[in-house]
Amino acid sequence: MIPKTLRRGVFLAPLVAALLSGCNTVVMNPTGDIAKQEANLIIVSVILMLLIIVPVFILIIWFARKYRASNTEAAYEPDWDHSTKLELVIWGAPLLIIIVLGLVTWISTHKLDPYRPLDRLAEGRPIPAATKPLVVQAVALDWKWLFIYPEQGIATVNELVVPVDVPVRFKISATSVMNAFYVPELAGMIYAMPGMETALNAVQNKPVQSVGFSANYSGAGYSDMRFGYRGVPQGDFDAWVQSVKATGGGKLDRANYLTLEKPSIKEPVRRYAAVDDDLYYRILNRCVTDGVVCQDKMMNDDAKKAREMAMVRYAPQQAATTRLAQANGEVCTTPNDPVKKK
Amino acid sequence: MHEQFDLAKLIFGRLSWEAIPYHEPILIGTFIMVALGGIAMLAVLTKFKLWGYLWNEWFTSIDHKKIGIMYMVLGLVMFLRGFADALMMRAQQAFSFGDSQGFLPPHHYDQVFTAHGVIMIFFVAMPFVTGLMNYVVPLQIGARDVAFPFLNNFSFWMTTAGAILVMASLFVGEFARTGWLAFPPLSGILASPDVGVDYYIWSLQVAGVGTLLSGVNLVVTIIKMRAPGMDLMKMPVFTWTALCTNILIVMAFPILTATLAMLGLDRLFDTHFFTNELGGNAMMYVNLIWIWGHPEVYILVLPAFGIYSEVVATFCNKRLFGYTSMVYATVVIMVLSYLVWLHHFFTMGSGASVNSFFGITTMIISIPTGAKIFNWLFTMYKGRIRYELPMMWTVSFMLTFIIGGMTGVMLAVPGADFVLHNSLFLIAHFHNVIIGGVLFGLFAGVNYWWPKMFGFRLDRKWGVYSFWLWSIGFWVAFTPPYILGFMGVTRRMSHFDDPSIHYLFQISLVGTLMIAAGIGCLLMQIAVSIINRKALADVTGDPWNGRTLEWSTSSPPPDYNFAFTPVVHDNDTWADMKKSGYRRPLKDFVAIHMPKNTWAGPVIPGITFVMAFGIIWHMWLLVGVTFVAMLAVAIYHTFDYKRDFYIPADEVTRTEEERTRMLEAHV
Repeated sequence: MIPKTLRRGVFLAPLVAALLSGCNTVVMNPTGDIAKQEANLIIVSVILMLLIIVPVFILIIWFARKYRASNTEAAYEPDWDHSTKLELVIWGAPLLIIIVLGLVTWISTHKLDPYRPLDRLAEGRPIPAATKPLVVQAVALDWKWLFIYPEQGIATVNELVVPVDVPVRFKISATSVMNAFYVPELAGMIYAMPGMETALNAVQNKPVQSVGFSANYSGAGYSDMRFGYRGVPQGDFDAWVQSVKATGGGKLDRANYLTLEKPSIKEPVRRYAAVDDDLYYRILNRCVTDGVVCQDKMMNDDAKKAREMAMVRYAPQQAATTRLAQANGEVCTTPNDPVKKK
Repeated sequence: MHEQFDLAKLIFGRLSWEAIPYHEPILIGTFIMVALGGIAMLAVLTKFKLWGYLWNEWFTSIDHKKIGIMYMVLGLVMFLRGFADALMMRAQQAFSFGDSQGFLPPHHYDQVFTAHGVIMIFFVAMPFVTGLMNYVVPLQIGARDVAFPFLNNFSFWMTTAGAILVMASLFVGEFARTGWLAFPPLSGILASPDVGVDYYIWSLQVAGVGTLLSGVNLVVTIIKMRAPGMDLMKMPVFTWTALCTNILIVMAFPILTATLAMLGLDRLFDTHFFTNELGGNAMMYVNLIWIWGHPEVYILVLPAFGIYSEVVATFCNKRLFGYTSMVYATVVIMVLSYLVWLHHFFTMGSGASVNSFFGITTMIISIPTGAKIFNWLFTMYKGRIRYELPMMWTVSFMLTFIIGGMTGVMLAVPGADFVLHNSLFLIAHFHNVIIGGVLFGLFAGVNYWWPKMFGFRLDRKWGVYSFWLWSIGFWVAFTPPYILGFMGVTRRMSHFDDPSIHYLFQISLVGTLMIAAGIGCLLMQIAVSIINRKALADVTGDPWNGRTLEWSTSSPPPDYNFAFTPVVHDNDTWADMKKSGYRRPLKDFVAIHMPKNTWAGPVIPGITFVMAFGIIWHMWLLVGVTFVAMLAVAIYHTFDYKRDFYIPADEVTRTEEERTRMLEAHV
């Protein structure tokens, strides 16, 4: 029975080899600081678990061989079925490892929270005081990616360019179905969902030419829902922005967007020299089409109506009118920035 | 003219000749093969006049043993379908690089991976697990049947009706193209207007009723029908895991039913539970489906853990190490399985504290699971290990599963999950635990209990071939996806641009072909064993020197399982009885009260099947008629008071004397 375990060891070797050598394992060798920390987390957790996996592996093989029926030399105790000390070890040892791993998890999850603004460019490199994060609004369409650079006033399809060593703040949404925004070089993935906004804070540390894609199955065009991703020095980034403005294909207004939004597969790269200021807001609130009430306004109105009805129903008759007036005054306005506050 | 049009629509709904996929050569080929095979089978059944036998002895049987076997036959048939899907996916991914688009367009490929997931979980793993529990649990607790014998038959046919619906989607219409959990908005009416998602919803709704009722049945059986003396802490570990699994079923499946019902309402009646518009929110669906989905993982794996526990103790000729901690570990896993669902979508944008909470609860599950591994390990320690097939599968499981456990804990760290989620690493991980944990366990269990079920052992030679092909083939097939995950390759891709990763998919295909050969050997093993059944016969009823009550009866057991209900003094009851010089009672047999066969068991699910088909195709007239028929038959059935009979004492005596003669001839 023993050769099987040896053979199995041979088949496990490639896994280990891939981890160590990392020939083109981009996930383990990324060029963005967030992705790098996430890769380190994989290594830390593997090492912690190997502390217990390796001895168990050896014990299984050892016992499986030693206590085979044909080996009559080995001890045989058919009624031995309990040992308090051993029980303490087999519950305690994994517990200790999980306590350590749990701590690592708690701390790293908070530090790597995609909503959290960055506090460093890379290990030992704080963010210079003058640096302002670049905002990119990423929208998953069927089946292509739209990137709006609100501060630069440009937009692209299936092309994402970011400056090196500048924190980037992605605001992520989608038009019809769920996708996930994922650039392995830069940072882990986050879902892109219609009518909702997620966020991702990350930074690219080296110039790179790579890809990003949707990492959540979204229908027929999913396999080709990929975009070119480039990290370039700040100067080149500015030049690229200028070139988009100079040679770009017109303005991405609401009419153009509605054409673009129609499902298509393998959409070529498109660049827009200008973009409607409120386009992203309208995509997020699902009111790009003329005459559709924006979602935030609808919710606001609904909340107001519900409040009025509650007042009318429950408040004493005399006070109703005054309360109602108060209530209308109190209704909150929707925050301009729907991203979760830190 | 106008009226006629409406009538056609009322009768046929949206079903038309367009629904028959005659333009898909693969499907037409499959259909011809299925049709020919089906006709051949019907001809054989008719020629040998087996219809009456099948109907009386099997289809309407309320015997938990026969129902258990039927569940497993269903699981095996569906396994072949699910594996054919797997082969197609592996082949597609091995060839679809660069300019080559492979042989499956996305429209077809997306159905294949959805069907693979749905079939393997709902119609392979579930029937197999339920079948084994159905067969073994009453025998292990010294009962003569389950608590609700009619319900048992009914549950089986509901599950089968669901399975047939999935199969029907192959030839009439199409299956969902959404992934096996059908997340909206993709599964909503706007993104998936076709019948695929409806097939998905209604096959699972119908099968879900069966699963839920069978869960209720087994919980009550275990709680109420144990032999005298068997208190909870004297139950065999397999029965313990069955109890926990069925509690999970009873608590989790209603969530699935409710979730799918809401999705169905969204699709049929324009409600807005999970839509993008009018206050709907798809994130609720993702949460709900995983609140069912994560316990489901443990529903499958806990009975497998139970099988390993039985097998290890039996083949080490030793008491199970740490019985109490094994039981507590099982219960802890059962409870914790409800507190981890969010780890399936750390990337959906929850806050850091929420993600950490669910990450840490997930890791905590590895503690009782680890304790179980240690318990099996120390059962082997100072044992006398006989490497029969069940034990070989168990050792292979332990070595395979701990790697799957490790990769699972890696995925439980949210920061790591951000880069590994939805990647092929994730695919490799869950196949590692489902194949290495559940499937290997089922193979161990089938090899272990087969002699009990049929009275002869399974052939060793072909079993060993199958074992090696599976154990090695698994790693050849799933090491490449682990590596591809680190390259950022995601799941559910029908086409790749990067030629540098091509070879890894080809290695994976080789592994899948090895597994295919392993399945071939498994089928050969069964065939060869049936042919050689005389030589492999087990007349003792206890071929492995077993430790639990099922080995105290004959193989196969008589209809009534036990002539006298055994009395239990120890948790290895049968080992204890053998040690203290137990003698079979040879006289003074009495008549035994048993439940009668049921025609309603197959009939009501049959009508339900037609109704579900009607809903899928919007044939509202048919739906109305079958709904009324279903209710009418169910009500009529409740007035059937003649549901039991007595096996006369003479017949019991005859059966037991027959066994005495066999035992004497054997000695």
